[in-house]
Amino acid sequence: MMAKPASALAKRADELMNWIDKRLPVTAFWNATMTGYYAPKNFNFWYYMGSLALLVLVMQILTGIFLTMHYKPSAAEAFASVEYIMRDVDWGWLIRYMHSTGASFFFILIYLHMFRSLLYGSHQKPRELLWVFGVLLYLALMAEAFMGYVLPWGQMSYWGAQVIINLFGAIPSIGEPLTEWIRGDYFISDATLNRFFALHVIAIPLAIMGLVLMHLVALRENGSNNPDGIEIKANKDENGIPLDGIPFHPYYTVKDIFGVAVFLLIFAFVLFFWPEAGGLFLEHDNFIPANPMATPEHIKPVWYFTPYYAILKAVPDKLMGVMLMGASVMVLFFLPWLDRSPVKSIRYRGMWYKVMVIVFAIAFVRLGMLGMATGTPAETIEMRVWTFVYFSFFILLFFLSPKGKTKPVPDRLTH
Amino acid sequence: MPTDGVNKGRRRFLVATTSVVGMAGVGFAAVPFIQSWNPSAKAQAVGAPVQVSLGKLEPGQLLKVQWRGQTIGILRRTQDTIGALQSIDEQLRDPESVESEQPSFALNEGRAYKEEFLVVNMHCTHLGCVPQVIPQVGPQPFEENWKGGFFCPCHKSKFDMAGRVYKGVPAPTNLKIPPYSFIDDQTLLIGVNPEGVS
Repeated sequence: MMAKPASALAKRADELMNWIDKRLPVTAFWNATMTGYYAPKNFNFWYYMGSLALLVLVMQILTGIFLTMHYKPSAAEAFASVEYIMRDVDWGWLIRYMHSTGASFFFILIYLHMFRSLLYGSHQKPRELLWVFGVLLYLALMAEAFMGYVLPWGQMSYWGAQVIINLFGAIPSIGEPLTEWIRGDYFISDATLNRFFALHVIAIPLAIMGLVLMHLVALRENGSNNPDGIEIKANKDENGIPLDGIPFHPYYTVKDIFGVAVFLLIFAFVLFFWPEAGGLFLEHDNFIPANPMATPEHIKPVWYFTPYYAILKAVPDKLMGVMLMGASVMVLFFLPWLDRSPVKSIRYRGMWYKVMVIVFAIAFVRLGMLGMATGTPAETIEMRVWTFVYFSFFILLFFLSPKGKTKPVPDRLTH
Repeated sequence: MPTDGVNKGRRRFLVATTSVVGMAGVGFAAVPFIQSWNPSAKAQAVGAPVQVSLGKLEPGQLLKVQWRGQTIGILRRTQDTIGALQSIDEQLRDPESVESEQPSFALNEGRAYKEEFLVVNMHCTHLGCVPQVIPQVGPQPFEENWKGGFFCPCHKSKFDMAGRVYKGVPAPTNLKIPPYSFIDDQTLLIGVNPEGVS
């Protein structure tokens, strides 16, 4: 790998690396996971999302650390301390907007990342656990985002927490005591805010980092899937290197850096010119301090939760609504076993699958839009229709995937 | 793990008993951490009963007070309002309040100790938002035949002037009636039922 040592200095550097490698296998690890790790050569746009999500995670952790240095997790001081960060702390506004914009971009990336799986069958055998760790990460991210949104202690923080915690109250018999236990009081109060702060800055980030590690270890075990859904390890040269593989480093590190540059351009544009995104990323009502005596006229969660919120609203029964909403997330865990198609990629599945995936995507987006709406009777009926479509996707997938028409899959990657 | 000359039965027994004892220990050690999330002694002390003077409350007016962080509404109903209550029983999910939560003295048409004063926990039984009080009779965007009542902005649940829930809305039961009693004609105590009432 390295050229002949050209100078005494380079020789000393080699010796140092040798010394370290004998004690900590840095070079071996680098080779195994980067230069000696062969990834399919045909990654496209959809394969940027994972590395970008990792970038945003690092950004959220860094900006979060600096925000905790100024934020006060108490009901009396929280709102004012966020305004203090925005107005009085040098560059505080930038760090805070990076964090809040980062949260929304995290979800945009994760939704695209998950959709990629539907396109190319990345959840299928042998990558079931990779997918399951991904769904666990998604759940942890939702908890992290929800609790983070409570911290500024605005009206939406407060009433959003009220609605979400009361979802647990729908559970028969243990519901009421459970909500009291979560809140640590008879209502959303200082105790609730303080524990959400602890979970948001310590507990869940630790869980997320652990899960990311498991996700990556599981990824490296079988290697990435690809847009053709063909296992590149099935065709190796005499040295055991996949014929359709290229070393992750430098090829994909360079590709990902290009993705990072484009992503940061878009991110910076939103960050500097549109950080509230017209009330989508930071809701208008959240610039009013929390008031337990007055509910805002129109309560809705932040955009990334609205598809599930629409499913909750579509059901005229509390317990059923909560159960259906829970099911709409939990069903994701079972995707690898619901999809029984012999073919992975959408390229080689029949028209039936293309139609299903497109209709499912429309249902998800439309539910998201309806979840933000005020809820006229016509909208309620539409929510019910799309809720039905959402669940039908998974049921139909189970029954159609083993039989549905497929095209012949080539032996080698195409493009 | 070497297996030569090993008493496998004993090894299995030791592994099993150590695991069981260890797990029991983890279980006991978890109790303090789980219970630390309960409402603290301070939170419980703040949840004491609240005394309210009704002297200045005119007919048709609403007074909001806080008890245990819940918004409690005291609505002084007019005779017209009380008279109209029965007329919409058909549209209600639980007109007799059989499935709803209230002290036994409030198990009546007006859901109150004294018909004139509705004392009600204002939080929607769906997800806890505080509904708006719209006492005007007449068509509303959300209800043609509106006889006055509570309308929740969160998920469009509707309740009548006794806090009884309409059919076809997400809220499962009528608004809760908190425990309360009258100290005298003008003074209400929220949080304590009259003696002998549960």
